[in-house]
Amino acid sequence: MDFSVLLTDLPTLVAVIIGVPAVLAAYIIGGEYLVRRLPDKWRPAVRPWIWVAPALALVAGFLVIPSVGTVITSFEDKKGNFVGLNNYATQLGGFPTGGAWIAIRDNLYWLIFYTLFVLAFGLLLAVLFDRVPYENVVKSLIFMPMAISSVATVIIWKFMYAYQPPGQPQTGTLNYLLNTLFHQDPRTWIQDTTPLLGLIPINNLALIGAAVWGIVGFSMVILSAALKGIPGDLLEAARVDGAGEITIFRRVIFPLMMPTVVVVGTTLVIFALKAFDTVYAMTAGNYETDVLANRMYKLLYFSNDNPGASAVAVILLVTVVPVLIFNLRQFRAVESRR
Amino acid sequence: MGVLKMRSVWFRRSLLLSFVAMFTVVACGGGGTQNAGSVKVMATWTGDEQASFFAVMKPFTDSTGIKIEYEASRDQDALLTTRVAAGNPPDLAAAPSPTLLTNFAKQGKVISLNSIVDMTKLKAENAQTWIDLGMPAGDGKLYQIYSWVSLKGLIWYNPKNFQAKSYSIPSTWDALTGLQSTIKAGGTTPWCIGLESGAASGWPGSDWVKEIVLSQSGATVYDNWWQGKQKWTSPEIKLAWTTWGTILGPGDSNVYGGAKSMASTSFTDAGTPMFQTPPKCYMHNQASFITSFFKSANPSVVAGTDYNFFPLPDIKVAGAHVVAGDAWSMFHDTPQARKMIQYLTTPAAQEIWVKRGGKISPNSKVSLDSYPDQLSKSTAQILVNTKVGKYDAGDLMPADMKNAYWSAVLKFAANQNQLDTILADLDKVQAKAYT
Repeated sequence: MDFSVLLTDLPTLVAVIIGVPAVLAAYIIGGEYLVRRLPDKWRPAVRPWIWVAPALALVAGFLVIPSVGTVITSFEDKKGNFVGLNNYATQLGGFPTGGAWIAIRDNLYWLIFYTLFVLAFGLLLAVLFDRVPYENVVKSLIFMPMAISSVATVIIWKFMYAYQPPGQPQTGTLNYLLNTLFHQDPRTWIQDTTPLLGLIPINNLALIGAAVWGIVGFSMVILSAALKGIPGDLLEAARVDGAGEITIFRRVIFPLMMPTVVVVGTTLVIFALKAFDTVYAMTAGNYETDVLANRMYKLLYFSNDNPGASAVAVILLVTVVPVLIFNLRQFRAVESRR
Repeated sequence: MGVLKMRSVWFRRSLLLSFVAMFTVVACGGGGTQNAGSVKVMATWTGDEQASFFAVMKPFTDSTGIKIEYEASRDQDALLTTRVAAGNPPDLAAAPSPTLLTNFAKQGKVISLNSIVDMTKLKAENAQTWIDLGMPAGDGKLYQIYSWVSLKGLIWYNPKNFQAKSYSIPSTWDALTGLQSTIKAGGTTPWCIGLESGAASGWPGSDWVKEIVLSQSGATVYDNWWQGKQKWTSPEIKLAWTTWGTILGPGDSNVYGGAKSMASTSFTDAGTPMFQTPPKCYMHNQASFITSFFKSANPSVVAGTDYNFFPLPDIKVAGAHVVAGDAWSMFHDTPQARKMIQYLTTPAAQEIWVKRGGKISPNSKVSLDSYPDQLSKSTAQILVNTKVGKYDAGDLMPADMKNAYWSAVLKFAANQNQLDTILADLDKVQAKAYT
């Protein structure tokens, strides 16, 4: 490996390491200098803005202005002429299989099943592991996939789902188990669009399954922390009153954990709505597994359709914002109860 | 009063120091990109291919002192588009799909090479196909050069299997379909096909269709087709799909593992069942690069004795072959980039990768003896003798069309009866993709 390229960038690196803090220091010192020049009564009004301004500038430059730009683009054609709601009509026309509808349907699957599975498994694991002496070891193991990048998770799960024609040695874990334990023919988990129990196509479930494996540690750890926060004497009192363990969970533990469950749940809803990497790496949206974020990516880079991609982005944004606001409110409520 | 004065002096000094630091950042930031004596290159080669590319560039760096700052990405469409839009493209980029570079040429983002390379020499040493492809904007200016190329439509087979059953190499299309029936009658599926390729899934099947279009309906239909002037529902294109359907057989019964296996098998592993005993399939259609995957799956296989190829037999047009290649474009006109482009057109540079295997040179000055084995030599020979050489149609289509084409292959392989719906959908994409 030739590291000489790094050396040529060394002056830039040094300048950044020294320069960025220096610029920040200059801003703070300069700001304070100006504030001190102001009449006494103005100072308390001006000072907070001086300190908040860099953050505001960053949010404006990297979030607000691009968002507004995206909204504007979504009302234009490729040449920049105003076309009203045409782009939205293209994305939302042709129900149930045209436009973005497959992606919307699959996002809905993600929203329901991903959130439900992660919460349910997270809660189950948190409650069960709370009762065993080797809790920390197993919790670390469950948490470990969080350290793996989504694309690596997909590679692992592609091996899990691998398919060989019937009669061949099955290299995929799932098909091997299906074959040896249940004597069933192997399935093409990633391509099979047959609905499972009439609810969700197998391949969508397979994608969601891989993503759940990667994130379940997150919900387990947070829910477990909430569980530990429940005072032991409450549980003791319930036991003295003759409540069984299941009743205690239903009537005492779960209600007390509810605010945390809601915060984790809404966070997961946001994750589900912006699902991209698993889909991109596993099927690229083929076989009716497309989601909105992947559709936006394809419109932007494959179709060079900025307006279409912007329309999808706005649809996604409009869906996420209410969840986001609810999530922040809940989070504040949980915090204030501490 | 004195204290206040002291403090304001301290403030002024620190202000001054900070501004000096800020200017240093700006100055160095500007200076870093103008580094003398290097070329920023972006391509898709990683691993072995990257090593081969570095081997090609070593004599160049040794003799000129110009360093190569190399960046590789498989997601080149997205990365290069973003970098060009941001005004920060590499000096040179090599793309396996020239459409992207053609778009930049039409937007005026790449530099015309007419005055940079020796045009007379380039025309003397390269087939007209490659010069024409390099002038995609229709303004007579050269925007792309081709350093290495590959030949598509090679049918790979295991000579030992063919010998054991005394099958002979088909030289006509009828002989191929005849052989297919014979193999099937013997109780084995004739074809190995794998369509899985991540985000690009479906392309191995699209090769089949475009090879059939070219060989069945000729160059004019082929050109009109990728240019968006020939409808997918037209009889010629539909015929190509149904012809591929006769290769796949009813319900994909000619392919090992059928539809499920085709969809879930990566193109890299698709040929492997040919090397099992007994073989699960006998033939596999893929470009010349596939041999490295044969070897990585079965390290013991030997070129010529365990695997060999014959070109897909002509259907109606004689000697028509689909080719592909690595196109280079220049985004920044620097003396170093000029030298590198000139170097890449030389037979000496192209020969280095040819000798390392996996690539064919479009330059007629590269001797056939440079090819490391008999197989690549015969590939090069076919390329030299090609009467109608056409570039990979999928790679020439707008990205939207190309991706719809690949998805259509997956749908067709899953259910051939849907063909009319699939082609009608492709027509809809075609109507929008070329604007």
